[in-house]
Amino acid sequence: MNFVKRYLIPRLIQYLLVIFLGITAVFIIPRLLPNDPVNTMIGVMQARGQQLEPGAIDGMVTSLKEMYGLEGSWWEQYVAFWGRLFRGDFGVSFFQFPTTVNEMVGRAMPWTLGLLLTATVINWPLGNIVGGLAGYYSRKPWSRVVDTIAMIVRPQPYYIFAFALLLILGYAIPWFPVAGGTEIGRKIAFNWPTIKDILRHSFLPALSLVILGGAINFQTMKLIVQNVNAESFVQYAKLGGVTENRIVGRYVIRNALLPQITGLALSLGQIFSGALITEIVFSYPGLGGLLFNAIVNGDYNLIMGITVFSIVGIATAILILDLLYPLFDPRVRYT
Amino acid sequence: MNILRDLFKDYRFLLSFSILLILLALAVTASFCPYDPTLTGVVPRDMKPSAEYWLGTDSKGQDVFWQATFAIRNSLIISVIAALISRVIAVLVGMVAGYVGGITDRVLMFLSDSLLVIPLFLVLVMMSMLVREYMNLFILALLLSVFGWAWDARVIRSLILSLREREFTKTAILSGTGTVRLVLNEYMPFTMPLIFSTVINNMAWAIGYEQTLAILGLVNMNIPTLGTMLNWAISYQAILLRHWWWILTPVLLSVFLFVALYWLSVSISEYLDPRTRTQRVGT
Repeated sequence: MNFVKRYLIPRLIQYLLVIFLGITAVFIIPRLLPNDPVNTMIGVMQARGQQLEPGAIDGMVTSLKEMYGLEGSWWEQYVAFWGRLFRGDFGVSFFQFPTTVNEMVGRAMPWTLGLLLTATVINWPLGNIVGGLAGYYSRKPWSRVVDTIAMIVRPQPYYIFAFALLLILGYAIPWFPVAGGTEIGRKIAFNWPTIKDILRHSFLPALSLVILGGAINFQTMKLIVQNVNAESFVQYAKLGGVTENRIVGRYVIRNALLPQITGLALSLGQIFSGALITEIVFSYPGLGGLLFNAIVNGDYNLIMGITVFSIVGIATAILILDLLYPLFDPRVRYT
Repeated sequence: MNILRDLFKDYRFLLSFSILLILLALAVTASFCPYDPTLTGVVPRDMKPSAEYWLGTDSKGQDVFWQATFAIRNSLIISVIAALISRVIAVLVGMVAGYVGGITDRVLMFLSDSLLVIPLFLVLVMMSMLVREYMNLFILALLLSVFGWAWDARVIRSLILSLREREFTKTAILSGTGTVRLVLNEYMPFTMPLIFSTVINNMAWAIGYEQTLAILGLVNMNIPTLGTMLNWAISYQAILLRHWWWILTPVLLSVFLFVALYWLSVSISEYLDPRTRTQRVGT
């Protein structure tokens, strides 16, 4: 009971509050700013050379207002906004007109999820294990070499790193395709040529996320392990004749992993942002690619849809990680 | 002077300090530019690097070298403004949350946690789309600083939490020191190094986001920055046309800038206090 009260309930409350706050922000931000989205929309349309009659503009203003939910007082709008969210209705995209935002996000989601999951499943264990070993054997030459590489990669933002990779392995040495998720015109089917094609196209984006994420995990893990090393239980284990491999594998890395799990939960938002940016670099057909098109076309509805989906998705992923945490840390289970 | 001498023994400090000095010099050179950086067609187009045009010229008829000097200058200006404003927020939030504690602490930390959790990139895109027509260096910096304080506020708070438990806090309070004076006179010296290292990290963060937003065309494209320069190069197909001097200049300058800022911050904070290592992690 104590566990539920002290661990579970605060987490659930936090989850709901973050979603509430995030979505409220998505609602308020456009309304705080001096220019209203409807005029911007019409301005964008006119700038693209579409001729609009004055009468047509009036009609458009009303329908756009309805679409953005801009009718009535702020409070009414806010309630209506939540109502639409609960029904899962994000309206339609402006520039691919009758297509709903839901459909477009649904089509892009598997790509992003696949990329993100693959990259995380590879870089998290890899970064932590190599980081743990490098922290324990920090005087060995290989540890220093890896550390220097990480020191150069780590500060690079997602865009520049992915772009540099694209220039090197896509253009200078053209080993990999430079854009897209498959070859142009390929129908997605579950057969070997399609899978091979997708893997080939996903390799560079995934590599970019793996190296960047791996470097961060490597560095944090190395520092944590160096601190754990100084603790007395490690000294006792050494004095007691426990083998080095056993100390690193069974005691040091296991202890150091706990803050890394918390760290993964806290940085999930950043990792996700990074995946979107990487997708933009490689014109990958996931949410990032969709977002890029939405920005170029000024499709505000679509951007809002992507943002809301992402906030809910990430908050849920963090909640799941938090709920799994007691499995790894007995101290949480028994207090 | 001793401090500097010790710092220069660290090769990372020496290297990053030199790179930053060169980049700063380039930024200052921008003031001596013979052309107006916003004008196009002032030099012949698409020239390879030569004695006359050190880094070649681009397809817009601009000199890549002079564009680069402006780009560095403007990117640095954005990052310094963003870092300073967000430092004010981070320090205030961190100190108040850490010192006052209780409900205030929980509310403030909940706010900063939410900012950390939400995919910031999307929020920044939404915001910059809406302020697009007012966009200039300062607005962009302001936007970045409003969202860039959360992690550092947490770091500063945890330091204040540990300072509050120390003996000298009680001595100061019992001898009648007011809260403001206690924080400013007694805590500031301890927090300064930490704040300084977060300033550098935040600058790098701001430059990175400026580039990303610029690639998406969400900033004022007429002001040369490292991001807009790259955007122009990409949109004029500089990669396919093999105008490597145009595309590589902003990329390499950014790579060096990020490495230099990061190494500077790492070497300084390691010199100041090896134990802040664990706190710096994750920014």
